[in-house]
Amino acid sequence: MTLDAETMKAVIPGITMAVGSIGPAFAIGMIGKGAMEAIGRNPEAAGKLQTILILVVAFAEAIAIYSLVIALVLKFV
Amino acid sequence: MSALHISLAAEPIAHLGSLPITNAMLTSLIGTVVICTLVLTAARRVTVHPRSIAGQAIEAGIEALLDLIMKVTGDRTRALSYFPLLATLFLFIIVNNWLGLLPGVGSITVTTDHGVVPLLRGATADLNTTFALAIISVGLTHVYALRRLGVVAHLKKYLSLNPIMLFVGLLELVAEASKMMSFSFRLFGNIFAGEILLVVISFLLPLAAPLPFFFLELFVGFIQALVFTSLTLVFLEIVGAEHGEGNQAHARAPATT
Repeated sequence: MTLDAETMKAVIPGITMAVGSIGPAFAIGMIGKGAMEAIGRNPEAAGKLQTILILVVAFAEAIAIYSLVIALVLKFV
Repeated sequence: MSALHISLAAEPIAHLGSLPITNAMLTSLIGTVVICTLVLTAARRVTVHPRSIAGQAIEAGIEALLDLIMKVTGDRTRALSYFPLLATLFLFIIVNNWLGLLPGVGSITVTTDHGVVPLLRGATADLNTTFALAIISVGLTHVYALRRLGVVAHLKKYLSLNPIMLFVGLLELVAEASKMMSFSFRLFGNIFAGEILLVVISFLLPLAAPLPFFFLELFVGFIQALVFTSLTLVFLEIVGAEHGEGNQAHARAPATT
């Protein structure tokens, strides 16, 4: 296998996504864990937590989206 | 996968002099017309007790947004002064996110000098639109801060004779630029990724399989509009805070529901 531009273009976006998703995956897991612990301790707060939970997950997800944007740029430009 | 048409950039469909008119610009124009029609119709029929369901829905939406702003600012006059900007951002983003999901967007094509391109494209699936929104959002946080604090007090946060504070101010300026980057990339990435997801799923398993993903994308479109709006709100508060008062605004910020 030669590492010419064509091969790199196929491989690098995949690696970008794989590496870039690790952090957000842990982050979302920890956010979910924290939320569940909080709901377990205080079930009445579930409604209040839910909206904040979704917002914070969206922020963590954004990091993966950045690497997705980079992968897309590498792939299609 | 050769049948898939995926283009990272919005394609020009016409030219106005040397200015290319892209398909995303056309869609955002349609979105603007939709919003203006909706809001002007609503504004003409303002009553104290709206009887129609649409009137009540609009009132409920305004109340919910104002509640969210009140929770962060904790001050009604300031909340009302932020409201027009935030409501406009929210409406523009959510309408354009959802316009991109309508059938016909991306599937109706026109033939131009550059080949066959889609006539319409979700405006927020174009980095130009989201970057423009990010510039407006970050720029206006400073305009609001200038109005609230005055020129001298606001500039003092960035420029100082103390070298350490000057360095911190420099970092703040870098943070402003990265704010714009993260605003625009977050919105663009989410919406564009959603469109690619829908295209790929429709290509692999047509008809039934894309349906749940359409619901997912409706949800993502709403959440991203909310994220953009609430982040702008938090930055309005942080940038507009007095020097040293910033942490307090930060502590209040997570109360966004």
